[in-house]
Amino acid sequence: MSGSSGPSVGAPPAARYVGQSVARLEDPRLLTGRGRYVANLVPPGTGHVAFARSTRARARITRLDIKAAAALDGVWAVWTAADLNPDVGSLRGSLVLPGGGGPPDHLLADGDVRFVGDPVAVVVAVSPAVVADALELVEIDYEDQTPVLDFETAAENNNLVHPELGSNVSNSAEAWPTTVDEAMAGADTSVRAVITQNRQANAPMETRGLLAEWRAFDETLDVWISTQSPHETALAAARTLGLAVHQVRVHMGDVGGGFGQKVFLGREEFAVMVCARRLGRPMRWIEGRSENLTSSNHARRDRADVSLGATADGRFVAATIDHLEDNGAYSNGGNPGNGRMACVHLPGPYRIGSVGWRTATVYTNTCGRGAYRGPWQIESVARELIVDMLARRLEIDPLELRRRNVLRAEDLPHNTATGLTYDRISPAECLDQVAEMIDYDGFRATQREVRATVGASLAPGERAPGAGSLPGIGVAVYVEPSAIGFGALATEGATVRVEPDGSVNVYAGTGSHGQSLETTIAQIVADALGVHPGNVRFHQGHGTPYGFGTGGSRSAVIAGGAARAASAGVRAKLLRIAAELMEASPDDLDLGGGAVAVRGTPARRMTVAEVAQAAYMRPDALPDDISGGLEHTARFKAPPVTYSNAAHACTCEVDIATGEVRLLRYAVSEDCGAMINPMVVKGQIAGGVAQGIGGALLEEVSYDADGNPLTTTFADYLVPSAAEVPSFEFGHIVTLSDSPGGHKGTGEGGAIGSVPCVFNAVADALAPLGVRLTDGPLSPHRIRTAILEAAG
Amino acid sequence: MSTHDITVTINGAATSASVESRRSLADFLRHDVGLVGTHIGCEQGACGACTVLIGGRSVRSCIMFAVQADGAEIQTVESLAPGAEMHPLQEAFRRHQGLQCGFCTPGMLLRSLELINDNPNLTAEEAREGISSNMCRCTGYQYIVDAVLDAAAEMRAEEG
Ligand code: FES
Ligand code: FES
Repeated sequence: MSGSSGPSVGAPPAARYVGQSVARLEDPRLLTGRGRYVANLVPPGTGHVAFARSTRARARITRLDIKAAAALDGVWAVWTAADLNPDVGSLRGSLVLPGGGGPPDHLLADGDVRFVGDPVAVVVAVSPAVVADALELVEIDYEDQTPVLDFETAAENNNLVHPELGSNVSNSAEAWPTTVDEAMAGADTSVRAVITQNRQANAPMETRGLLAEWRAFDETLDVWISTQSPHETALAAARTLGLAVHQVRVHMGDVGGGFGQKVFLGREEFAVMVCARRLGRPMRWIEGRSENLTSSNHARRDRADVSLGATADGRFVAATIDHLEDNGAYSNGGNPGNGRMACVHLPGPYRIGSVGWRTATVYTNTCGRGAYRGPWQIESVARELIVDMLARRLEIDPLELRRRNVLRAEDLPHNTATGLTYDRISPAECLDQVAEMIDYDGFRATQREVRATVGASLAPGERAPGAGSLPGIGVAVYVEPSAIGFGALATEGATVRVEPDGSVNVYAGTGSHGQSLETTIAQIVADALGVHPGNVRFHQGHGTPYGFGTGGSRSAVIAGGAARAASAGVRAKLLRIAAELMEASPDDLDLGGGAVAVRGTPARRMTVAEVAQAAYMRPDALPDDISGGLEHTARFKAPPVTYSNAAHACTCEVDIATGEVRLLRYAVSEDCGAMINPMVVKGQIAGGVAQGIGGALLEEVSYDADGNPLTTTFADYLVPSAAEVPSFEFGHIVTLSDSPGGHKGTGEGGAIGSVPCVFNAVADALAPLGVRLTDGPLSPHRIRTAILEAAG
Repeated sequence: MSTHDITVTINGAATSASVESRRSLADFLRHDVGLVGTHIGCEQGACGACTVLIGGRSVRSCIMFAVQADGAEIQTVESLAPGAEMHPLQEAFRRHQGLQCGFCTPGMLLRSLELINDNPNLTAEEAREGISSNMCRCTGYQYIVDAVLDAAAEMRAEEG
């Protein structure tokens, strides 16, 4: 399971800090304005980089004139595709195998443009002000062509986003056994809905950005970057620039969020590195907010045609999903889409005998798709919405319907009809816990009374309902495939080093960007070495063992596993050295409180610092087979997947006159195994839930009929504020995973479960009016329109 | 490009500088004065990451020109912990995990301070409504609200 942690020596470490809400070690600097974000770095002689971007969704470039821009005082360079594209190799992310498809692979738009925001020219100047002025002077004439904007018809459209590819379909897959159609036909009841999800943006508060510096003669590229994956940055930069990986040093400081956006490099980031190499000076690019909202990546634009069949008493017998996703023009990292991942997770936490699925990913002349916290979450949206629709059809309460179908302890391990094997999960327990937390039955009773009074004047079909508020309650349950450990994702590495003075450094291949790894990894290491977490410093980026970085809810399990294995190796060495120095057996030693003591003889003790000092400075005093030092590197190979699970429940009130939704309470019961730091777990879920609330109610990236983005500022793209988010209540069920420590990932789940939960609550509120909701976001306008339509 | 001479008080210290007309207050603070704790999340006046206090009132420094601040009394996040100790508000944010990535945090802290100064007895609803001026993409806000209330209580106790 783990790397070379060697034979175990002494008693296993006590869990002193793991499991505790240890205050975050990164906080003091972040709270005092001393965070180390990339935009802080402006070394002398820095060139400021900006991009002239397409203002057309699809057009041929008929004239590109950079003369005036290049002539402006203070401008160092203006380059176009003709200058730079020949300089670079593949821009694909490391996970996209050669021949794995993907959009054309070019740095700057060459001859034509394929979405509004497509980078056409890069400008470098002495200051941000000059670069802004120069951008205005880049002249681009276009001959407009008809863009492909509707992803639902893109597959059949002969008008191609990328003519080189011969089709607008990027990839497709299916597993639709004939038995599923038979099972569906044989079901007593079936419901079907076409659900379309609104296009969303990750919108981290810190946009993308980097500072790149080429050191001539040293032949080295130094990169400081806002990233989730410093090693992916190094690998991709080396590939693109034709360098060896050891010529690229990627440094990461604090990162202001990413949520999937900062795993793979974008074309702009490569271009900045190319400029650095050409000009031999530091190059700085800090993405503007409008660029971030229109040109970095979008997400979640999915359509799911979903069906669910059941017996008369509500046992699920068959489910199908026909899924389509919008990949935009250039998907982030050349990522071929999330469709398969979404479809195989359709069964979720329920027993469903037969499942069929089909998925396709299509290109459109819009901003490319990228990963966003639970990129496959359409499976939960589709499933949980259709379950509620079936409940209404069968006139069975949706909670009760879920209880009849949810996987129980005795069902595990469970093989889904889509080929997954679930074990060590607790969806039934979470469902029960969340129902209790939200007082499900109590709410239903109150709701009946309100419906009786408000509802009396609201009979659908008679007239457009006027005033009053209707209460609703929603539930959503899911199983989250956390810490996916296939192929290149399977391992992470860590080095733990006790320095000669006893202070501890840990080096990990992660890319913490708000997840508190500086604290949680320190907790793991501190327990193993019997020191205080404050005595452990955490490092990422250059010089750390390779790792895929932080994303996919992977760090607690996989990087945590690596830190555990590395510190176990150091612990063993530390105990052996201490035993030798104190003439005791390692098995008789206790390690804790920063010291090693002989059990039962507390006077015989050495501090960790004394042992460390000896380890480096007194090699002759060490056991013969220990050559000194107190350091260990290990890798952890994770299981293919570590399932976590949760149930969400929320209540709301919908104003019938305005269509406005007010969330009242929000409860989550989750099972992420053993928690390293309960406060951090709550924070991860809370943040994800707020994003999902935004996705369900507010956030929508939109384009006009010509493909011009309409949501270019935070005044148009509505990220939820504190006023739209209720307070949260949390419950925990603990089922240990089979990884060391028993942890499971929990970074994405909040954002997965909350979208269907809110949708179901709103639909439940409006159920007496016969309103059917299938498209997000549930803006007041959309809700009011649905109410009027239902009223006839 | 025209420049202007300005004198401002930043975190208690008088500072004179010559600034370009188009220099934003945020860029002035970050790049001319070197106080990089004031963050820029949008430069559109929408997110609040760049919030500073001028005369005790929260201001979005990204949409204010440095020249407009001439004569003003400016407070940035760096003022909250001038010595080795953090401000009770910062301590409360830490206790409640009112931050994750930390990018919205300086603005959130200064806005919260303004709210508490305005009303030391603010309620949870008032705190929530009050901080809705500032965006946070990480925390889901609840723990920020909790931190503000806790800090207000502590600051009241210190006063009393
Ligand atoms: S940076 Fe000033 S409001 Fe966003
Ligand atoms: S802590 Fe990341 S944006 Fe608020």
